[in-house]
Amino acid sequence: MSIHTIGVIIKDWLIGLLAGWGVPVELSRLLIEVLTWAVGAALCIIAIMLAALVFIYLERKVSGYIQSRLGPTRCGPVGILQSFVDVIKLLLKEDIVPAEADRVLHTIGPILFLAVSALAYVVVPWDEGGTVAGKVDAGVGVLFMAAVGSMGLIGIVVGGWGSNNKWSLLGAIRGAAQMVSYEIPMLLALMCVVLQAETLSLAGIVEDQKGSIIAWNFLRPWMWLPVVLFLISGVAEINRTPFDIPEAESELVSGFHTEYTGMKFALFFLAEYGNLLLVALIFSVLFLGGWLSPFGYPDPLRLPGIIWLLAKSLLIVLIVMWVRWTLPRLRVDQLMGLAWKLMIPAGFVALGVMCAVIMLGWA
Amino acid sequence: MALEYGPVAVLLTFGVALGVAAMVTAWLLRPSDPYAAKQAVYECGMEPIGPAWSQFYARYYLIALVFVVFDVEAIFLFPWAAVFKQLSAATAMGAVPLVEVAVFIVILLIGLAYAWRKGDLEWTR
Amino acid sequence: MNEANVGTTDQLIVNMGPQHPSTHGVLRVALTLDGERVVSADPDIGYLHSSMEKIAERLDYRQYISYTDRFDYLGAMCNEWVFVRAVERLAGIEVTPRCEHIRLLMAELNRLASHLLYFGAMGIDTGATTVFLYCFRERELILDLFEWVSGQRLLYNFLRVGGLRNDLPDGWVEQCHAAMDALASRVDEYDTLLSENRIFIARTRGIGAITAEEALAYGFSGPCLRGCGVPYDLRRVDGYSLYPELDFEVCVEEGGDCLSRHMVRSRELRESIKIVRQVLARLPEGEVNVPVPRRLKVEPGEVYERIESPRGELGCYLVSDGSDKPWRMHWRAPSFYNLAPLDRLCRGHWMADMVAVIASTDIVLGDVDR
Repeated sequence: MSIHTIGVIIKDWLIGLLAGWGVPVELSRLLIEVLTWAVGAALCIIAIMLAALVFIYLERKVSGYIQSRLGPTRCGPVGILQSFVDVIKLLLKEDIVPAEADRVLHTIGPILFLAVSALAYVVVPWDEGGTVAGKVDAGVGVLFMAAVGSMGLIGIVVGGWGSNNKWSLLGAIRGAAQMVSYEIPMLLALMCVVLQAETLSLAGIVEDQKGSIIAWNFLRPWMWLPVVLFLISGVAEINRTPFDIPEAESELVSGFHTEYTGMKFALFFLAEYGNLLLVALIFSVLFLGGWLSPFGYPDPLRLPGIIWLLAKSLLIVLIVMWVRWTLPRLRVDQLMGLAWKLMIPAGFVALGVMCAVIMLGWA
Repeated sequence: MALEYGPVAVLLTFGVALGVAAMVTAWLLRPSDPYAAKQAVYECGMEPIGPAWSQFYARYYLIALVFVVFDVEAIFLFPWAAVFKQLSAATAMGAVPLVEVAVFIVILLIGLAYAWRKGDLEWTR
Repeated sequence: MNEANVGTTDQLIVNMGPQHPSTHGVLRVALTLDGERVVSADPDIGYLHSSMEKIAERLDYRQYISYTDRFDYLGAMCNEWVFVRAVERLAGIEVTPRCEHIRLLMAELNRLASHLLYFGAMGIDTGATTVFLYCFRERELILDLFEWVSGQRLLYNFLRVGGLRNDLPDGWVEQCHAAMDALASRVDEYDTLLSENRIFIARTRGIGAITAEEALAYGFSGPCLRGCGVPYDLRRVDGYSLYPELDFEVCVEEGGDCLSRHMVRSRELRESIKIVRQVLARLPEGEVNVPVPRRLKVEPGEVYERIESPRGELGCYLVSDGSDKPWRMHWRAPSFYNLAPLDRLCRGHWMADMVAVIASTDIVLGDVDR
């Protein structure tokens, strides 16, 4: 039973209930629609918060094992409560704003970053028919995701500039240049998938891969270049090593969030891990068949699609973490060179290959 | 039509609300003991030399210009991408949809090559 | 187009340090930046100044040994060694063969520990955090050996004028063999993880390059100088202690950039393992101490003794007036000279390269400031 069916059942029941109280059907439909949005939005927010809590713990454990350490062990069994304890610590931390900083910008920076990073979640197809804003997705899903995804840099720039700190400023400038540049190879990779699936809807892209694992995009040879491009630019968009130059703690102390403490810092962190989950989710949707089971459609194991989606995303997250704890950091000019001189031309090559494949009728 | 974007508005509100709520909660719980040294701008333990808000050389504005071109291009291409298979399958059209877009992309690529040649893709400073 | 922009934007003056994650202690660099380009990098030292040389004038020779540990705290055994060598030369004391072997062994183990720490710091400064922890894991093996023999992990106070604090404990030699075996297999791992990484090479090749002539003019020594293609290693040039009898190679790399300096240290790790194994194999039996009076008075005179520390030429200049204390002493600290051309090395490079350059000169601020 998919999320969608459960939703329909609950909706019908609620309409019946309201009708029983004498509420006009039209009004109750609208009310329930708004309620659905609220529930969906709340679930997305909870997903981001959980992602942050789980991924921070996971990151510390994974990095621990990669570096032959143990990672957190003290809070709860195998340190599982570490993230919760961290949240409490950050809540109780004093909020220090530099006297010369722009208080308003300094405060709205993290809020903006978080709110924007949450936005793209509305078009994620969690399950069959399980997109929060299904109609938006059906129309312009991919475009919406891409447009909203790069808005996060406004939060970074606002926060970095508002701090009146030179390290923050340098970090913000780097962040802006980087996120803008890697947007393009990402769009080109997305375009290849759109060409394949003939739809701008993320849910539609999953539908297009319906079937067992052999029907998924990542096994089509002409998708290999887009897979690589998307993964690299995805890692760059979320500012993780080897592309973490906006933070670059050994150069810029802490980059754009040098002057942030307590909850404001936590919000940046939350949003970063929210973005990590988002990139993993989108990658799974585009190339790994989203909520589809690897054993075919309908799923012979009868597991809810969201489980498959999360499992695939977790795999991607682990790969991204593995990369982070292995590679050194690129320099700012090398990073830009990689985007403009290698990835963007490669993106056009991938697009050309995709067109050729379609013209030849292989797709 | 506008109603379709309802969930987006709701999620945006929730996102902002989460941020505000977290800050308000923290504001209620946390200590507050600011003094001059604590509120100084962090510059590795020294007094900052001059403000950060200067006429600073921001390389990314050139990159941003090139970016805008490609971003707009992507907006134009996505609708085409969504129907290209269909168009190319219609035998009457032949290679027309491909050629048309190829012309568009090639013009952009010439722009990229020009910017490259001019050294505007280098992060010079 | 770019030329038109020049002059319309301000240069940014940033304090990099003293409290910065990658200035290796409390170095302050007043950086002038144009965009991300370094216009000038002005090192400002003295935050860790501890009056090492003046203190020596108030302490007798025996007391001062524990102070020598504290300036170049990553090469403490070498500091002690050069000091006791200077005093012994002034006083005309000859140490036993076993003592000489153990001293050399300690110096080489210390070089390993110091180079391992360099390796990790270079990794973490270029963003590869994992190699840092791997190097610390192996450095731990050596620190355990030091702890066992001297009771200390960083500041050993192990050497004495005329001998050592104590002989090697039972089983130490076997443990040392085991540690060398473990280390030898892992040094290759570091190279795969860091030195051969394409990003790392892109970050270090051609960065902070200096010619051999300039390097000599600035007083470079140690791995920094050998990275410029000058085969200058005091262990061969002076041939002090037992080094002439040992088989090892002086590692030289052409280029004079961060990568060459890095590769010199990477190869020296292997050479030091080789030396340690040779010394362990030929370690003679016997006493480690010769009798030295409790209040050692040396003849008036002066002496300059130098050895190859992990950072370069470490010199100790002593002037005696015949009392039990030095009349004047001076350290020739290699980090001080290796830091001197920082501006020359960084000018025109990126802000991010600063970090790689500082890491590749492998300075210890205690050594710079003394």
